[in-house]
Amino acid sequence: MSSNNDSIQRTIIVAVALCLVCSVFVAGAAVGLKPIQQENRDLDRKRNILAAAQMLQPGESVDEVFATVEKRLVNLNTGRFATEAELKEAGVNVDSYVQQAAAKDPALSTSLKGGNDPAGIKRRAKFATVYIVKDEDAKARIILPVHGYGLWSTMYGFMALENDYSTVVGFGFYQQGETPGLGGEVDNPNWKALWEGKEVYNEEGKAVIGLVKGSVDPNSPQADHQIDGLSGATLTSRGVTNLVQYWLGSEGFGPFLAELRSEGV
Amino acid sequence: MSDVKKVLFGPILANNPIALQILGICSALAVTSSLQVSLVMSMAVIAVTAFSNFFIAIIRNYIPSSIRIIVQMIIIASLVIVVDQVLKAFAFEISKQLSVFVGLIITNCIVMGRAEAFAMKNGPGMSFLDGIGNGLGYSAMLIVVAFFRELLGAGKLFGYPVFETVQNGGWYQPNGLMLLPPSAFFVIGLVIWALRAYKKEQVEEPEFKIVANSRSQEAL
Repeated sequence: MSSNNDSIQRTIIVAVALCLVCSVFVAGAAVGLKPIQQENRDLDRKRNILAAAQMLQPGESVDEVFATVEKRLVNLNTGRFATEAELKEAGVNVDSYVQQAAAKDPALSTSLKGGNDPAGIKRRAKFATVYIVKDEDAKARIILPVHGYGLWSTMYGFMALENDYSTVVGFGFYQQGETPGLGGEVDNPNWKALWEGKEVYNEEGKAVIGLVKGSVDPNSPQADHQIDGLSGATLTSRGVTNLVQYWLGSEGFGPFLAELRSEGV
Repeated sequence: MSDVKKVLFGPILANNPIALQILGICSALAVTSSLQVSLVMSMAVIAVTAFSNFFIAIIRNYIPSSIRIIVQMIIIASLVIVVDQVLKAFAFEISKQLSVFVGLIITNCIVMGRAEAFAMKNGPGMSFLDGIGNGLGYSAMLIVVAFFRELLGAGKLFGYPVFETVQNGGWYQPNGLMLLPPSAFFVIGLVIWALRAYKKEQVEEPEFKIVANSRSQEAL
């Protein structure tokens, strides 16, 4: 029996049959579970948006709190909220727009190849999704999506700003694949808490916030713009600095925030 | 009946895959910083070893010996992917914490070792039990290690504070080393020591005898 098993013909038959059965099995599981996984990812995204804005109290339903947040699109080329006409022309719907997907679509994004691309994102979507949390007065907190390349992976996160559009309320990544224990510490709540209250812009209005090697010297005049670097993760730290400065700078949300500061939402 | 018992519970103390065979150490270092994560990892490994043993035992008489390792790997890898997908669907938070380590069950030597050593020679029923047994042995070790690491490293068990830490105004100064992977080496080493002091037959013969009264000399 065993000699029969070892013939070339048998070997190929067994290999092909096994591969077919296993691929059907794996594909079936992946496709069948996709809707539930997508739901989980959406919920996680919402939770991260709310966590960045420090809006989530334990025990509250994520969906309920999220309903109080307004989702709008910003035209990064003009630095204003996207107008109806612009959206119609691009064929974009506010509710179904996914920035991550749009960044791959040539019609909805611009290539940064060979140009100014410190965050390593290759293509930037024309429209960005921002989330607005209104309180009683007209001024509002704003939650901005940011992303950029760290050491291994593109890190996706949210940064929430106070209604002076410079003070950080909170910051965190919801998707990253950095080294667990080193760069992966971007998810550490203690580190994320360091961002609270930092100022993004200096007096000249330039986005200078960033990570420093080691700990921040509290007596330094720059301390308001600095966050402790991640130890053992120089490249991830550099990536975080680059992506934050890029997205809040003149190529990203800089002009839009300046507009908001002078005119309100 | 005693056979079933031996296959199922033997690997927990008498023939523990981590303590005696020193297999699967890598993942035992990585996922044991908290009990909850260890438990989920344990269940994932039990499921994978049990079912991979089961399926391999079913087709063991048809596997050509020239490609048998690849065949085992395909079955194990498929199962791990399915487990990973299931975790992403039903335990999203924990799957985020386990990140790559679920995928790395594929390379866990215990799974492959049992497939090659047991499932290729025994029937599906026994192989399934052997998979569960070895998964349990792995789990037992993981949970012991995680218990000490979480308790001493964070003062918590299953995320609930047991020792009030200094940061929260208590008395316990947490030992940061215990949260880092190398501490698992120490804990595993101590457990192996304890186990071999209790079960003397596990002590291995030394490979070399040290000559009596030998004295180190400086090289000339």
